Amino acid sequence: MVGSLKQARIAFVEAPIGRLVNLLVILAVLYVIFILAMKVVGQGPSYFLQILTFGVANGAIYALVALGYTMVYGIIELINFAHGDLFTLGGFISVFLLPIFGLDASKAGTAGIILPLLAVFIVTMLICGAINVSIERVAYRPLRRAPRLAPLITAVGMSFVLEGVMFLWKGPFNVPYPNLLPTTGFVIGGATIGVKDIFVIVVAGILMVVLALFVSRSRLGKAMRATAQDQDATELMGIDINRTIAATFFIGAVLAGAGGTIFGLYYNTMVFDLGFSAGLFAFTAAVFGGIGNIQGAALGGLLIGLITALWDGYMESTWTQVIIFAILILVLVFRPTGLLGMRVPEK
Amino acid sequence: MTDRGAAPPGAQAGDGAILRIDHVTKRFGGLVAVDDVTFDVKKGEIFALIGPNGAGKTTLFNGITGIFPPTAGRIVFQGREITGAKPHQVAAFGIARTFQNIRLFEYMSSLDNVRLGQHCRMHAKLWDSLFKTPAEHREEQRVTDRAMELLQFVGIEQYTHIYARNLPYGSQRRLEIARALATNPALLLLDEPAAGFTPQEKVELMGLVHKIVDQGVTVFLIEHDMKVVMGVSRRIVVLDHGEKIAEGTPEQVRRDQRVIEAYLGTQH
Repeated sequence: MVGSLKQARIAFVEAPIGRLVNLLVILAVLYVIFILAMKVVGQGPSYFLQILTFGVANGAIYALVALGYTMVYGIIELINFAHGDLFTLGGFISVFLLPIFGLDASKAGTAGIILPLLAVFIVTMLICGAINVSIERVAYRPLRRAPRLAPLITAVGMSFVLEGVMFLWKGPFNVPYPNLLPTTGFVIGGATIGVKDIFVIVVAGILMVVLALFVSRSRLGKAMRATAQDQDATELMGIDINRTIAATFFIGAVLAGAGGTIFGLYYNTMVFDLGFSAGLFAFTAAVFGGIGNIQGAALGGLLIGLITALWDGYMESTWTQVIIFAILILVLVFRPTGLLGMRVPEK
Repeated sequence: MTDRGAAPPGAQAGDGAILRIDHVTKRFGGLVAVDDVTFDVKKGEIFALIGPNGAGKTTLFNGITGIFPPTAGRIVFQGREITGAKPHQVAAFGIARTFQNIRLFEYMSSLDNVRLGQHCRMHAKLWDSLFKTPAEHREEQRVTDRAMELLQFVGIEQYTHIYARNLPYGSQRRLEIARALATNPALLLLDEPAAGFTPQEKVELMGLVHKIVDQGVTVFLIEHDMKVVMGVSRRIVVLDHGEKIAEGTPEQVRRDQRVIEAYLGTQH
């Protein structure tokens, strides 16, 4: 009786404070959106369309990287901090492969680049996949039954290892990436939508659709969902969980490798520690959409890309990172399961 | 038959043993959870392993299914040594099991749980899955039909499309049995299948166990409640503190002095 009274009093005292905080946060977010909307209206529709195109292209790249975070988290609850660096590595590997497949700036924009570029994509994706599977084998698998902090810190360490390797390979400076895609575009409503933008969106879109089909239809996809829920029981169904987890890392890295290559082709520059910030953005996207949820990662990536582009385009771009990580904090505080949510099993 | 390890392992050979536990020992650090245990499970029988809490029954199951391989000794299944095989390999050889504390895929429907059990018997290639080829379609249909059949067999067809976690307790146990049967096993290990059941449910469960054996599956079950086992099983092995203290028919075991001391003595 006394206990329940006490609880009631605490609830009475705390509830208004909690509600006040919620209200303040909502007001702040609304204020920011209002300011942004004013600027959008002020600048006119063609500029907005331009920013939107840029945002979607950017978001598609974030989505590709976010998928790797979310898949690995979904299956073994590890935030693979090395994943962002694998994205950079994908860019570095493809810039190394381009001359081998006879691609250089002189062929830019010709139809002759299509097949060699496809080959570069496939080889880069396979190499990234193989590297990530090796990383999982060496660094994470031995810690599978260890407390969760151990593989997490190992992942941070792995991130430093990869950045170190890329630093030694290409040095601390920006690495130029040949501008192979046509620089032409279509003018729609006063905005220029480049072939590059379309390329990024289409390639990323195809990869994501294939992934979604794969996970929902294939036997491996089913094995992944089962492994995520109960590893021991899954093994007793005759499913090799080591292979299933390795396959998850492989697929994540394949997408990251593709993302790195797309990034290079789009921005024409790479740097060894790009994966640090890009990885954190993509991670934020995964959390935003609901970590562990594949559709959520795609949606989160798109939204983070759009928000980045809107902020860069209309407000101070120096504050963009602050905004992105403020979103991360808000999501973690108010909706830890993200927009689409993850089914969190009670253990 | 009642003294421990009375029959040498060689003497039991060739009389239809489907599973042979041969001087199996499992140590966890200094603790001996299973101590030099030897017995055979014969093809087509309902074999029971009983013993007080902490006797090492589940540890033995974990040894057989490869979750924690034994420290010493051999496990032979259908003439093939499976000691140290990985759990997924053991499943592919034809041993399925259920867990003492139910381990279902909670966020999948009953149907999907059972369909997943057939995973290791499926052949669809990546290409088939992505493009839904006729072969894939036929296999999916076959797997679904078989899953429905199994749900009916264990008597929970009314929960086909319900998330496993939302099933009543007894039905979850039955679903776990259906999922295990879906791997098409020759030997089914049931770890305390009647735990938490009312006497009426226990009787029904034993009916199900008989139905399973009639399908040609050998059943090897762990049970804590001796009365349940006495009614269903022809042969019983009793473990206490990791040691085999008795083996024989329910009558023999019931009269065994060491069993009475170790087990019944504490209960009656």
